Amino acid sequence: MADVHRIEVGITQADGVKNAIKSDLGYSVEKVLAINVYTIEGGNLSSSELDFLAGEVFSDPIVEKFTIDSPLAEAFDGTVVEIGFKPGVTDNVGRTSKEAIKDALNKDVTGAYYSRQFLFYRTSEDVAEKIVRDLLANSLIERWVVKSGVEYMGFSPFIPKVILNTEPTVEEVNLNISDEQLIEMSKTRLLALNLEEMKALQTHYKNQKNIRLQKGLPANPTDIEIECIAQTWSEHCKHKIFNALIDYEEPGRSEQIDSIFKIYIRGSTEKINSPYLVSIFKDNAGVIQFDKDHIFSMKVETHNSPTALDPYGGALTGIVGCNRDPAGTGKGFKLIFNTDVFCFGSPFYEGEIPPRLFHPRRVLKGVHKGIIDGGNQSGIPTVNGSLYFDKRYLGKPLVFCGTGGIAPTRIANKLVHEKAPNPGDLAIMVGGRIGADGIHGATFSSLEINENSPNTAVQIGSPIVQKKMLDFLLEARDLDLLNAITDNGAGGLSSSLGEMGEEIGVQIDLEKAPLKYSGLLPWEILLSEAQERMSLAVSPENLKKLIELTVKHDVELTVIGKFNTTKHFQFYYNNRLIGEIPMEFLHNGVPQKKMKGIWSPKPEEEPIIPIPEDYNILLKKILTRLNICSKEEIVRRYDHEVQACTIVKPFMGVSNDGPSDAAVLKPVYTSWEGLSVSHGMCPRYSDIDTYAMAANSIDEAVRNAVCVGANPDFMAGLDNFSWAMGFTEEDEIYYTGLLVRANKAVYDVTTAYKVPCISGKDSMRNDYRIGNTSVSVPPTLLFSVVGKLPDVRKSITMDVKHEGDLVYVLGTTKNELGASEYFDELGHTGTKVPQVDTNTAYQRYRKLYAAIQDKLVISAHDCSDGGLGVALAESSFSGGIGMEIDLRKVPKDNISRDDFLLFSESASRIIVTISPDKKEEFEGIMAGTDFAQIGETKGLEIKITGLDGTNLIQSEIAELKQAWKGTFQFLGGKE
Amino acid sequence: MVDVAVITGYGLNTDYESEEAFRLTGADPVRIHINDLISGKNSLENYQIMMVPGGFSYGDHLGSGKVLANKFRFNLRDDLKRFIEADKLIIGVCNGFQILVKMGILPALEGEYFSQSVTITYNKSGQFESRWVSMKANQTSPCIWTKNLITPLDAPVRHGEGQFIPMNEAILQKLWDRNLVVFTYDPNTYPNNPNGSTDGIAGICNESGLIFGMMPHPECHLIPQHHPQWARNNNPDTTGLVIFKNAVEYAKKNL
Repeated sequence: MADVHRIEVGITQADGVKNAIKSDLGYSVEKVLAINVYTIEGGNLSSSELDFLAGEVFSDPIVEKFTIDSPLAEAFDGTVVEIGFKPGVTDNVGRTSKEAIKDALNKDVTGAYYSRQFLFYRTSEDVAEKIVRDLLANSLIERWVVKSGVEYMGFSPFIPKVILNTEPTVEEVNLNISDEQLIEMSKTRLLALNLEEMKALQTHYKNQKNIRLQKGLPANPTDIEIECIAQTWSEHCKHKIFNALIDYEEPGRSEQIDSIFKIYIRGSTEKINSPYLVSIFKDNAGVIQFDKDHIFSMKVETHNSPTALDPYGGALTGIVGCNRDPAGTGKGFKLIFNTDVFCFGSPFYEGEIPPRLFHPRRVLKGVHKGIIDGGNQSGIPTVNGSLYFDKRYLGKPLVFCGTGGIAPTRIANKLVHEKAPNPGDLAIMVGGRIGADGIHGATFSSLEINENSPNTAVQIGSPIVQKKMLDFLLEARDLDLLNAITDNGAGGLSSSLGEMGEEIGVQIDLEKAPLKYSGLLPWEILLSEAQERMSLAVSPENLKKLIELTVKHDVELTVIGKFNTTKHFQFYYNNRLIGEIPMEFLHNGVPQKKMKGIWSPKPEEEPIIPIPEDYNILLKKILTRLNICSKEEIVRRYDHEVQACTIVKPFMGVSNDGPSDAAVLKPVYTSWEGLSVSHGMCPRYSDIDTYAMAANSIDEAVRNAVCVGANPDFMAGLDNFSWAMGFTEEDEIYYTGLLVRANKAVYDVTTAYKVPCISGKDSMRNDYRIGNTSVSVPPTLLFSVVGKLPDVRKSITMDVKHEGDLVYVLGTTKNELGASEYFDELGHTGTKVPQVDTNTAYQRYRKLYAAIQDKLVISAHDCSDGGLGVALAESSFSGGIGMEIDLRKVPKDNISRDDFLLFSESASRIIVTISPDKKEEFEGIMAGTDFAQIGETKGLEIKITGLDGTNLIQSEIAELKQAWKGTFQFLGGKE
Repeated sequence: MVDVAVITGYGLNTDYESEEAFRLTGADPVRIHINDLISGKNSLENYQIMMVPGGFSYGDHLGSGKVLANKFRFNLRDDLKRFIEADKLIIGVCNGFQILVKMGILPALEGEYFSQSVTITYNKSGQFESRWVSMKANQTSPCIWTKNLITPLDAPVRHGEGQFIPMNEAILQKLWDRNLVVFTYDPNTYPNNPNGSTDGIAGICNESGLIFGMMPHPECHLIPQHHPQWARNNNPDTTGLVIFKNAVEYAKKNL
């Protein structure tokens, strides 16, 4: 190939790969070596230039060797494979290589591409092929070549370049067709619109005919118009289910609900009307006041569908995509933390994997790596999260990514949370370039996964391109150069500019958009979800200064249009009007969805549970369960404290491995005021009642915040629904009923606790069906809470701290084992799911907060999955001190069994330790609530006396801890 | 006033807390984008101390620190040379340490700058490590930054490439003989030595003691509440601030 060169660099022992082959696929490979390959295209590089690049840029002289245009590996007994990206897939290393060459030679090359080579010793080509396919590569985004090592002579260069020979055209879409044809069109064009919505389009264009013809537009919509409308009207963007008119029935009552969102979520926030709310439900993220001089913003996003297709890219894009929400809120926030919550199938799943799905272990590892790269490289600490396992997440893994940011209240005497483009402002795009990536992402996520899912749905983010852009944007904000900013996420420019120009109108000149490769159609440019892009509204007089800043930060900026007063979204291509949509129709023209929801309680019998034989074995067994065990092997791979603001880290305690209930941050260096970050999630409770599922999720999130010392009267919540809708009309009625139930709980509990929702997101179709296999996720609400601490030095951690301290349980334990970890361990669901008594809980939380502020509390730990047994064990072994506990002292209601008392998951309970000399004072403050001293800290064992006064449990804490930490050991890097 | 340049750009990300560390010492730190130094808008001349902080410059592609090290080397070589010849102070932490090593200004034995003699590469564990570690400072080191640091220093590591490897035994021997090994992980076992560094080396300096690099993050241990044991009152008195104070005190007296 002319003017193409391969530089091979290595060779490194790939023990991690070797171990993964063994643990994940069961093959023993004698040795695995890895080589990095850089393919350089163009630039007419001389051999001395190539030598210089290989030696000074691509290799480490201390530990690596290289070859140019010849193989680094010699023939060997085994198989060699090389894996590279398919054309058009983001190649971050390739991009850096191109820049590094420019720095070194002051010379541009046409392209640089990265691929990975692996040498598998004494391994057949068949096995190597399987290793690549099932472990190392994803056929959706990567290509590979397998060669026998015996006669290996190297690979010929391959350039993964996109070549599109299409001429940019604009197509007219005929809407004068029958209803059946409208439905068919919605399917084939991936519009994801129903008949009523298609007909609303039809009617609109009928009415607009004369106006359009006068402007030189066809009477029918052009492709760009219909694509723009379909994406703006997508479930993903318009939340049509949350805004639907629902006829709801449950036993004994029926009602019509005009928007779940308006009534239960916004309705609750409006009723609570907390004084610290600043900007709610109208920007990319919710905003509250942190202190006099600072505002705080947070958003939690889901990225489920892309993660199902490419776990690594999906999760990476999920986190860096969520980062852009607070960064694009108001005039921009500095990002101070990430959270992540995953729901997967069991990594130990041994059944068949349906087509197009990955084994949960592969999903877990891919997502994990995506979050490691996305979060760590962005310089944002990951401070809170969890992993939840249930076999139904096999069909669609759930990936929730959250990001918080902080900003000054005012800059240049203007409020930072306020933004608006002015007519005449330039419409500007900054950041990455546009490719076919992620086209139809918004509509895709609104459909179930099937055989025709487009592989353009996969994108790979670049944390470094984004970091450069966010550094640039913060500086631009501080210089007061921006009138408005918003991110390009789902729907790309069509969403960002469509939203920014909603009140006034905007014109976009699509030929100006910077492209990764030519040949994209105008509508594709508009809808592309290529990553790392933000849209800005900038006064023309500020353009020069802004461009200077882009040069400094090495960020690409393009003026792609202008805000105006037309109240239309206008699309131009080479000065020709190719489409125009009235903003009013675009944003408010979608007909309200009409749905039906029916809920009735499930008639299940309370199971008969045998009395356990050995409580020591039982407690240990419960501690190893996937939803209870230590996740340290996963979480230790995340940076928890970059920016030096993290005060309560994910792990605290005597050996830095006790699982914190919430994180505490000190976001302003010069102040001791803090923020707690926590969440709650109880998907299995949906098997009995989604009302209880939602109520317990909120209670858990609030309780976790209270445990670290946050003020229950200064909290804000974020609701993230990941629901299913099933496959039939009956399914949809059923799941809609469950959704209404859950939202009634959101309203009841948030208003009772006075915790307003400030932002939220829903992902409504987490169903999978291919062939005869169908799986739907359990209805899941992730509730995240941020709380305020007046002084982080008063934060409380979950580990016990001294011998002789008194152990208390706050709250009553009830016969509520339904959908508990204990029942699940025994293969039962049960009926008595925990109920949240908000009145007593709210009093308890406020009083505990007062006790913490009075410095009476030594440790506090949330009692949730696995109940008292697990919470006591965790507090104890995290502090390295045992406990003596008497179950007879536990406040209880309708429980007469030790196992039920130990493992009931009744809501709103907290384990607290205090110093004996504070007993009177502490009990004085807590008076009027249910609580009891149930024992004290002592020795190195947990000793629990049962209801009949006999010794129920006597286990060494070291042994319990070892069991609790063992489950995820398989992920460790060491053999 | 001691002027400190904290370098930013291309994915460096501990610039804010590094600035805060110097601010707490009473110095006057400024975050400066490397391109402002390259374009001539600003100059290292205006500063007595330069810090290359941690982060993920260029996403660690082509090896951690490598591409930004080259950016320095190919664009700012003369400025750096003058800075070093003026006996000014340089610190690199984590990615900054990797950058200093890969552009060859650490350890620069025999004053041979811009020639790489050691490297920092993938952790032996094969994975990113995020945890607090304890280090022992070499009392006989000429390092200005660690003067009088008698007690162990605790700080977090957050890296996937922290394994220190010298080019050969002779280089390693010289580092020890000349007391250029400033910090070692103590105890020198995994996970406290999180990356498998040769001889547990966590930080080194050049022969003048003015240029210093380390993998753990002293700028993330500025107050007792940064330490994971703070809630148990079990955190050591020494924080990472002492490192920044030493440099600023030195600059005040000598520069």
